[in-house]
Amino acid sequence: MQRFPDYYGFWHRLGHYALRYTAYGVLGFLVLPILVIVPLSFNVEPFFSFTRGMLMLDPEAYSLRWYRAIVDNKNWILAIKNSFFIGIFATILATVLGTLAAVGLASPRMPFKRLIMALLLSPMIVPLIIIAAGMFFFYTKFNLAGTYLGLIIAHAALGVPFVIITVTATLSGFDRSLYHAGLSMGASPLRTFRDVVVPLIRPGVISGAMFAFVTSFDEVVLVLFLAGPGQRTIPRQMFSGLREQINPTILAVATLLILVSILFLVSLELLRRRSQRLRGIEE
Amino acid sequence: MAADRVDGYLRFRNVKKSYDQKTLVVKDFNLELAKGEFLTLLGPSGSGKTTVLMMMAGFESVTSGDILLDGNPITRTAPYKRNIGMVFQNYALFPHMSIAENLAYPLKVRKKSKAEIAERVQRYLDLIELGDFGNRTPGQLSGGQRQRVALARALIFGPSLVLMDEPLGALDKKLREQMQLEISRLHQKLGFTVIYVTHDQGEALTMSDRIAVFDRGVVQQCAAPDVLYEQPANAFVADFIGENNFLPGVVTRREGDWVRVRISGGGEIEARCADCGDVGSDCLISVRPEKLFIEEAGHDYDNRFGALLKTRLYVGDFIRYFFELDDGTEVVVKVLNDHAAPELSMSEKSLLLSRRRDCFAFARK
Ligand SMILES: Nc1ncnc2c1ncn2[C@@H]1O[C@H](COP(=O)(O)OP(=O)(O)O)[C@@H](O)[C@H]1O
Ligand SMILES: [Mg+2]
Repeated sequence: MQRFPDYYGFWHRLGHYALRYTAYGVLGFLVLPILVIVPLSFNVEPFFSFTRGMLMLDPEAYSLRWYRAIVDNKNWILAIKNSFFIGIFATILATVLGTLAAVGLASPRMPFKRLIMALLLSPMIVPLIIIAAGMFFFYTKFNLAGTYLGLIIAHAALGVPFVIITVTATLSGFDRSLYHAGLSMGASPLRTFRDVVVPLIRPGVISGAMFAFVTSFDEVVLVLFLAGPGQRTIPRQMFSGLREQINPTILAVATLLILVSILFLVSLELLRRRSQRLRGIEE
Repeated sequence: MAADRVDGYLRFRNVKKSYDQKTLVVKDFNLELAKGEFLTLLGPSGSGKTTVLMMMAGFESVTSGDILLDGNPITRTAPYKRNIGMVFQNYALFPHMSIAENLAYPLKVRKKSKAEIAERVQRYLDLIELGDFGNRTPGQLSGGQRQRVALARALIFGPSLVLMDEPLGALDKKLREQMQLEISRLHQKLGFTVIYVTHDQGEALTMSDRIAVFDRGVVQQCAAPDVLYEQPANAFVADFIGENNFLPGVVTRREGDWVRVRISGGGEIEARCADCGDVGSDCLISVRPEKLFIEEAGHDYDNRFGALLKTRLYVGDFIRYFFELDDGTEVVVKVLNDHAAPELSMSEKSLLLSRRRDCFAFARK
């Protein structure tokens, strides 16, 4: 039982509990639809609802059937391969370009900083469907529509803003005299960047890269516009799976994606702590 | 020592700097350094000291003028090719490298052999008395230890010149005094050339061969510490270095270096003319509190003027008397606390005495 301060009256207490249970409600609303997927993906029957057996916790009612279905279906295997292939290369591209952009924008000498920053961050703000339509016409001109390269570039463009934001945040705590110190000891600007700047902004770069990867990994609008049949990604495959072959395979895929997301979140948190430790040393 | 110096080892010629193409932060900076000299740039915060160092190191461009090192202009040399060591106020140690790796970095960049690097790093660790600390990270050291590492790191590659920008600013008083001795010791032992920046005059006076007093982008006076203290060139230097009394007045007679001044507080004072004007011009007389004496019989002083005692402050080893002249000018007198310290009662008129060579006349602007 909560201990309230003595001056709390009836309405205070009522307000307190009302707030608390509203918060629980919102939290449940957000999380339950995701959590409910996990047990359902182990369903023995091809249904999207709990069977009697499942509710009785009968082991017979559960199976790895739909996970096997993923492995057996070459469309799913291709989609998983595509997602990782496009995701990884888009992430590399976005991370390199985004990091360089953030470093450039952090220089006190950079002109038109705000304008350039706004332009680079625009993919986060402009509605995706508009970007997709624009890219579709533009990429068709250059024969990039329906190619891996096209999708990688498109997803990199979506990932760059995240990298810029996280790297800019780490750079804001970066002491420019460290850079000057490197130069004064005879290291070229490039060498100083490699030996001093990169190790210190690495947490920002890595978390930016993770955001970029996740962005590419669950992106479906651009894929709908730009991908040919050969470049179907996991979200795209789920999208068509929902309409064509209704069975819990997509739930199994979704569960795997949740697992991947949790792994990402945990590593992000570990990174954040590490960077705080590094900065603590700096003080 | 001064005799064997090659003069003009480092030379600033008409160096100007503007950040915004409108106002000059550094105006016509001229300075010469001898090899091995310890020169301090002393000036209030915002006077442009850091800007001068940044131009020297190459992190800021020179708007106009030349910087010559050993006769060669260096303004077109990239910062990392200048071979100049630098000590930063916040140490700027690389937090992701150990102390030994920090010290090794400039040697690694210069492609020294592993054996030579290890030997030199150990020698410099011993030199700063941190022989066993090589494996620690900067975060595991105290402020003073970090600053010693920063110092060693700036010296380890044998730079032609070392720049230090308020290196002791972040340390407490006691540690600062220790580090002043430490830097002086290393300078005497290794004989490098230093430009040292500080706004702390005590630091400047104790460590430097020469001090350039810097204000509003201009060198006001560049001289040895004792000259600066005893013969300030203008009112800014007189005020900035040590404590001083300023008495406004008008020049009534001028003979070569000497002037007679009628002070507004009543009375006439003979003084050495520093940058004062001709007869009839407004001027300021400066005289240090310890160069003023309260009337004693049997002493021969050039100047004497009446003043009223306002307050007496007991400090311990000395006593400060606060007097007021007829026009309200406050005059401080510092007297050693021995049996000769006079017993004065408040609001009593006394005569203050001084030698004329301790009084300086400056132009009043
Ligand atoms: N990067 C810069 N851009 C614009 N103005 C600057 C910059 N650095 C310093 N200044 C200005 O130049 C003047 C001198 O600064 P600085 O050289 O840092 O003085 P100090 O080191 O003596 O305190 C100050 O008025 C400061 O505002
Ligand atoms: Mg400064």
